[in-house]
Amino acid sequence: MDSPSSSSQLSIRNVTKTFPGKKGIFNQLSGKTSRDFTAIQDISIDIEPNTFVSIIGPSGCGKSTLLSMIAGLSPISRGEILLNGVPITKPGPDRGMVFQNYALMPWMTVEENLRFAVETVKPNLAAKAMNRIIKEHIQLVGLTGAERRHPHQLSGGMRQRVGIARALAIDPQILLMDEPFGALDALTRGFLQDEIERIWEQQRKTVIMITHSIEEALLLSDRIVMMTRGPAARVDEILEVPFPRPRNRETIEQHPAYHDLKAEMESHLFRETRAVEADRLM
Amino acid sequence: MALSNAPNATTGFPQGETKEAFWLNENLRALALFLLSLGLFLLLWEVGARVGWFVQGVPTASATLKEFWWWVSNPFFNNGPNDLGIGWNLLISLRRVAIGYILASLVAVPLGILIGISPVAYKAFNPYIQLLKPVSPLAWLPLGLYLLRDSEQTGIFIIFISSIWPTLINTAFGVASVDKDYLDVANTLGASRLRTIFKVIIPAALPNIISGLRISMGISWLVIVAAEMLLGTGLGYFIWNEWNNLSIANILVAIFIIGLVGLLLDSLFAVLEKFVAFGRNS
Repeated sequence: MDSPSSSSQLSIRNVTKTFPGKKGIFNQLSGKTSRDFTAIQDISIDIEPNTFVSIIGPSGCGKSTLLSMIAGLSPISRGEILLNGVPITKPGPDRGMVFQNYALMPWMTVEENLRFAVETVKPNLAAKAMNRIIKEHIQLVGLTGAERRHPHQLSGGMRQRVGIARALAIDPQILLMDEPFGALDALTRGFLQDEIERIWEQQRKTVIMITHSIEEALLLSDRIVMMTRGPAARVDEILEVPFPRPRNRETIEQHPAYHDLKAEMESHLFRETRAVEADRLM
Repeated sequence: MALSNAPNATTGFPQGETKEAFWLNENLRALALFLLSLGLFLLLWEVGARVGWFVQGVPTASATLKEFWWWVSNPFFNNGPNDLGIGWNLLISLRRVAIGYILASLVAVPLGILIGISPVAYKAFNPYIQLLKPVSPLAWLPLGLYLLRDSEQTGIFIIFISSIWPTLINTAFGVASVDKDYLDVANTLGASRLRTIFKVIIPAALPNIISGLRISMGISWLVIVAAEMLLGTGLGYFIWNEWNNLSIANILVAIFIIGLVGLLLDSLFAVLEKFVAFGRNS
C-alpha cells in the first residue's frame, strides 16, 4: 500500500463514507428503520501532480461517492482528504467538475455557461480578460461557432465538450470527471476520448476520472485505481500504465504491456461483478 | 422478379411522399371538420329557433350574429352604468383583473421562492395553501364586502385571493425541485447563496413560475365575471343586466367575447412558456 508522500497533490487518507440509517422514534413507530450503510471503507490513495488517474470498479462500489467527497459536495465520515496538505471541507474552484449528464444550464448559451463559471470564480476580472478566457476554452474543445447556441440545440457530445470547457475555464488544480462519456454513443465517446487525450497533453492537469470502460482507462490514464465491490468498498489494486505519450488507440494496443493490463482489469471487474450478483441472490 | 419490380418501387415512393393530396393534410381536414360542424350548429340553431324547438324567446342565430356585429362595431358608448358599450365593460373587467392579478403575482412569486428554498418553510406553509386553495372565490365575497366596504376593492380582493394560489404553489414547487446538478455546479464553483438564487434557482424554476402565472390568469378571468354579477360594472354585470332585460342574444354575445378574451390571454402565456422552456418539457 502507498504511504502518504509529501510530493502528492491530493492525498486521500483512510477515508470512510457511512450513510446513516433511519433511526429515531418517528421511524421506529412507523417501522421504517434501516441500518447504517458503509459505502466505502478505509480508502487511501496518493495522487502526484500532473497525473491522470482513473477509478474503475463494479457498479455501486462508491466511486461516485468518493469523487463527490473530493469535490467537497458530500461530507467525509472518517479520515481526511488533503489538497496540497490542506483538508477538504467544502467545494471550491480549485477543483473543476465534469458531470455525467453535463449539468449545463439550459437557459444559458454555450458562452453564458462558461461566463457564469468564470464570473463566479473571478468576479473582479476585467471584461477583456474574461472574454479571452471564454473564447480560448470554447476553441480548446472545438466549439467555435456554437457560442450562441443553447444546450438543447447541441448533440450530447457537444454538450459534454461545453461541460469540459466550463470545468477547465476556471483553471482548477484538479479536474474531476464522473463518468464523463457514460451517456454518449460509442462513436462520440471515442471522439471525445481522443479530445481529452489531446487537451491533457496541452495542459497536463491532474485528472481524476471515474469510468466503466477498460479501454478508456487504458487510453487516458497514468494510473488506474481498481475498487472492490460495495458495501465497504476498498482499493483492490493500483495499476501503473506505462504507455508513452502522446497516445492513440492504435499504438497503445501494440505496446507489450497492453494485453496483460487489459486482461488483469477484465478479470478483476469480472470477479467483482460476479460477486455482486452472487450477493444479490443471497 | 426483383429486378423488374425495383424501378417501380423507387419511382413510386418519392412521388407518394412529395405529391401528397391536399385533402389528406391533417390540418386542412381539421379545418374542414370545424367549418362543417360550425355550419351545422348554426343551421340547427337558426331552424330550431324559427320552428320553435327551444323554449320561447331564444333568438335565432342570424339575429344573434347581427346583435354581435352591432356591439362590436359600437364598442365605446356611455349612456350611464346600465347602458355601457361592450368595449368599456371589457376594459373595466380587464382593469380589475390586471390590478388583482398583478398584486397577487407580486406576493405569490417572491413568497413562493422563499417557501421553495427552505424545505422547512415548504412543509410548514403547505397546510395553509392546501386549505385555502380549494375555497370557491365567491365564498370570499361577503368577507371582502365587510372588510373593505367598497364593491370595486372587493372585486379586486377576490381576484387577488383566488389567483394567488396556483402561482404560489407552482413557484414553490419549481424552486424546491430545481435539478440537483445545477446546484452542484454552483456549489463546486463556490457561488454565493444570493448568486445561486438569482442566476440558477430562479431561471431554473421559471417554466414552473410561468405556468403557475398562466393558471392564475385563467382563474382571474373566470372569477371576475362571477364577481361582477354582484358588483356594479364590467362584463359580468353586463350579463346580469342583459338577463334583467331578458336579452338572450346580448348574453350570448357577451359569452362569446369573454371566451375570446380568455383565449387571447391564455395564448399570451403559452407564448411566454415556450420562450422560457429552452428545450425543457417539450
